[in-house]
Amino acid sequence: MSSTRGFRGRSGPADPRLPPGQYDTGDDWPVLSAEVTPSLDTATWTFRVEGHVEQERTWTWDELRALPVDTYQGPIHCVTTWSKFAMTWRGISVDTLLAAARPRPGATHVLAFSHTGYTTNLPLADVTDGLAWVAWEVDGGPLPTEHGGPARLLVPHLYFWKSAKWIAGLRVLDHDEPGFWEERGYHDRGDPWLEQRYQGD
Amino acid sequence: MPPEHVPPVGPWQHATVVAIRPETRRAKTYRLALPQPVPHLAGQHFVVRLTAPDGYRAQRSYSVATPPEESGEIELTVERLADGEVSGFLHDEVVVGDTLEVRGPIGGWFVWPGTTPAVFIGGGSGVVPLMAMLRLARRTGGPSLAHLLVSVRTTDDLLYAAEMTGPDVTVIYTRAAPPSAASRAVGRITIDDLVPVLGAAVTVYVCGSTPFAEAASALVVAAGIPAEAVRIERFGPSG
Repeated sequence: MSSTRGFRGRSGPADPRLPPGQYDTGDDWPVLSAEVTPSLDTATWTFRVEGHVEQERTWTWDELRALPVDTYQGPIHCVTTWSKFAMTWRGISVDTLLAAARPRPGATHVLAFSHTGYTTNLPLADVTDGLAWVAWEVDGGPLPTEHGGPARLLVPHLYFWKSAKWIAGLRVLDHDEPGFWEERGYHDRGDPWLEQRYQGD
Repeated sequence: MPPEHVPPVGPWQHATVVAIRPETRRAKTYRLALPQPVPHLAGQHFVVRLTAPDGYRAQRSYSVATPPEESGEIELTVERLADGEVSGFLHDEVVVGDTLEVRGPIGGWFVWPGTTPAVFIGGGSGVVPLMAMLRLARRTGGPSLAHLLVSVRTTDDLLYAAEMTGPDVTVIYTRAAPPSAASRAVGRITIDDLVPVLGAAVTVYVCGSTPFAEAASALVVAAGIPAEAVRIERFGPSG
């Protein structure tokens, strides 16, 4: 590895919480959506699990909020190189939602889709066993609209473009199918510790 | 929304800095010669990666300000941010002849192919990727193909000032305007600024800070452009 002339980097030891190529954004929380921020009314909002399942299911906002609440505490990592630590999120475990729809044998992936038309693909194993949520509360308050409110997918162990804002549902698939950014050069899985930013990484 | 023909992300490569040009007090443009040229689309960005002797690395994305060129060279405009680890280094240390490790082009959504009528709306340094689009429009298209509307606080914040003239550019000053712009009152962008230029736009590209992007994109939709026709790039703090 050749170094950049004159660049010394930061003094002190590296922060072991930071995946490679990431920095701590501190109190900032950058917004990086690619579309017009929608205004979604929880009176008509729905969340759906469909596709390769025994029973397709749709929840209203009130029905979703009546499910058992779960908490995630920890960091998030954005592919644009910031990480944000010590966040507290509340929502419904994706396990709970998938259990209601019962993925059929052969299910391998999900395509998360948003009310804006945004999509992102994830292996089923990355959204089950307590790894993913549909979240509506962050750090004690409602999830702000520009951060995906009223509710977004939360998959904090992967780069944050996988945590689809304005989530509308999960399509369970028996194959992998690239989503919005994945069709445009971004990695299909997006593990920050493996620095899977772009296709081929 | 089918993806455009997006070129593959190129390899990490060591680009040579062939020119550095100040744009404003806080922004410089770096012209880089790529040993392995990769064609880009107007609106895409490259990542710049710095490596310290102990292996520590820092990387940030910077938009390409130039349209695709045969030269194999690209220009990145970098605004110096307070405490910016990468932007501060680029501003203070890098000189012509240095090499910088870069990778790109990246980003297959905020791109303009240069063929369909478009309007570009930029706030502050958010004009950088839009400048690649405007330069492409001026090279290839007729005068009605594209229009750039850029919002800045004062003339001191206006990037590429020498090129910000002509019927295809509107400059909005939010704090202080030069005498030449006296026909419009100083202040933030309004729907009245947009209506005259949105006319034939098939796609509207908005780039700037999150507050700017939120406000401008809401105005574009209020002016009658479908939300699906608006593409946004929000500049977060990226050091």
